Amino acid sequence: MSQVSMMPQRGGAARAPALPPGPGVGFKPQHFADIIAAPQPLAFFEVHAENYMGEGGRPHAQLARLRRDHALSIHGVGLALGGSGPLDGAHLARLARLCERYEPESFSEHLAWAGHGGMFLNDLLPLPYTPERLATVAAHVEQAQEALKRPILIENPATYLTFAESSIPEGEFLAELTRRTGCGLLLDVNNLFVSAINHGLDPDRMLAALPLDRVGEIHLAGHVPAASPGTAPLLVDAHGSHVSAPVWALFARVLRRTGPVATLIEWDNDVPDWPTLRAEAERAGAHLLQARKAA
Amino acid sequence: MPALHADERFARALLAPDGAPPPGLTAAGGDAVARRFAIHRNTVGVTLSEALAVAFPVVRQLVGDDFFAAAARAFVTAAPPTSPVLADYGAGFADFLARFPPAAELPYLPDVARLERLMVESYHSTDAPAETRAGLAGLSPQEAAPLTLARHPAARWLCSPWPVVTLWRMNAGHLPLTPLSHWAGESALVTRPELDVMLTALPVGGDQLLSVLETPLSLAALSEAMEPVGGLAGALPPLLDAGAVRRASTPQGEQR
Repeated sequence: MSQVSMMPQRGGAARAPALPPGPGVGFKPQHFADIIAAPQPLAFFEVHAENYMGEGGRPHAQLARLRRDHALSIHGVGLALGGSGPLDGAHLARLARLCERYEPESFSEHLAWAGHGGMFLNDLLPLPYTPERLATVAAHVEQAQEALKRPILIENPATYLTFAESSIPEGEFLAELTRRTGCGLLLDVNNLFVSAINHGLDPDRMLAALPLDRVGEIHLAGHVPAASPGTAPLLVDAHGSHVSAPVWALFARVLRRTGPVATLIEWDNDVPDWPTLRAEAERAGAHLLQARKAA
Repeated sequence: MPALHADERFARALLAPDGAPPPGLTAAGGDAVARRFAIHRNTVGVTLSEALAVAFPVVRQLVGDDFFAAAARAFVTAAPPTSPVLADYGAGFADFLARFPPAAELPYLPDVARLERLMVESYHSTDAPAETRAGLAGLSPQEAAPLTLARHPAARWLCSPWPVVTLWRMNAGHLPLTPLSHWAGESALVTRPELDVMLTALPVGGDQLLSVLETPLSLAALSEAMEPVGGLAGALPPLLDAGAVRRASTPQGEQR
């Protein structure tokens, strides 16, 4: 049972169905024929909202077909909830329309921003963790939940830099955000690990600070080492390879705390063939099965 | 300094290829902030250039990967996206190429980019059934009289002084790559009757007919409107075959 459906109703956000607590993958159009050729041992698919903002054509034909047989997570990458400026109202309206069209079990976005003053840079940029920014982000989340008519999940970021002015640890920032807005947490275990290594922190301690009772979905992905010899450890959240051994291990420790939660394999670059991606998701599924038995 | 300005400085620094990172950032373990800021700068440049490469595959084929990458980076810096909908990014790329000095020797390039942009628009446009010759032929006069036709929502066209259709087909691998003996202008018709975008030659009078079809019209009114420019018989059948026309209304009423 995911936490999402048990969340208190705040800010006008209506009750939303939750993703089933099984494995899922990020949908890639090149896998479409393989996916519909046979029943898949997957609980859900996730798509990036911004790839489905045209009116029609193949993207919507494929998504409608997938939606028929599977639970759906719509994952936004462009709303910039973490920015200091106002949300893009036109974009929020497009997201609302997409949610009305597909009625996804989950809508999620990032604790990040992507541009300023009408500019969109297609990256998930870090923000200072200050009381002022927390208030701004909470207002953005409430505005988004009002517009989308559902509680949303917010994903913890993979970061490389910190801000001198930050005064709130990330876990506390996210915990307070969920408390103020009723939003859930999309726990990206790879992001957590990458950020911990990049900032010289202990991933388990970072994990303990997060609002683990609010986790509605987990993301797993690959990362790559990027440090030069003699420099501080540095990992880049590249989404282009298998999930690493330490991230699988951290995922297993997460599940001991949360119980089984919908878990997504994100593989966005150097996308493998369908059997490889499905096998990665089934590996996550085996962990979830174990968590269910232990529960 | 208000936070608003800090975001703006961060964003502008990302677009400057060699500039210093904005102040106020720290990195763990004494690592260089510039090195870590470069991860973001790289993501911005690479992913936005890739978005353009996906949208303009034939332009890329025509100029080669290195030239395209340089042009794309210059465009990203000059005109970063203004919306998170990256399918819309590149609407200004053709005009940018027309003013991009290194592309001056390829005067046909902007029109090839315009054509590829129309193909992206068509790919994402509203779905609608395309009217067919058989569909019209099967109508009785009573049924045909109140029927109106309109441009199919995925239909686009481009009249060019360059052989854009042939250039596109050769460089997309649809025709053998051979030297062009004469560089006559061509007009392109882009349609998507179902899910696949089609590129065909626009028939003579097709641009006038598609312009007229912006407003739904009956066959009689269409015929009258096309009379001064050669009539309906030449242009309508090939437009129907390409899926460029939809039925706007029937005796039962308006269709979507």
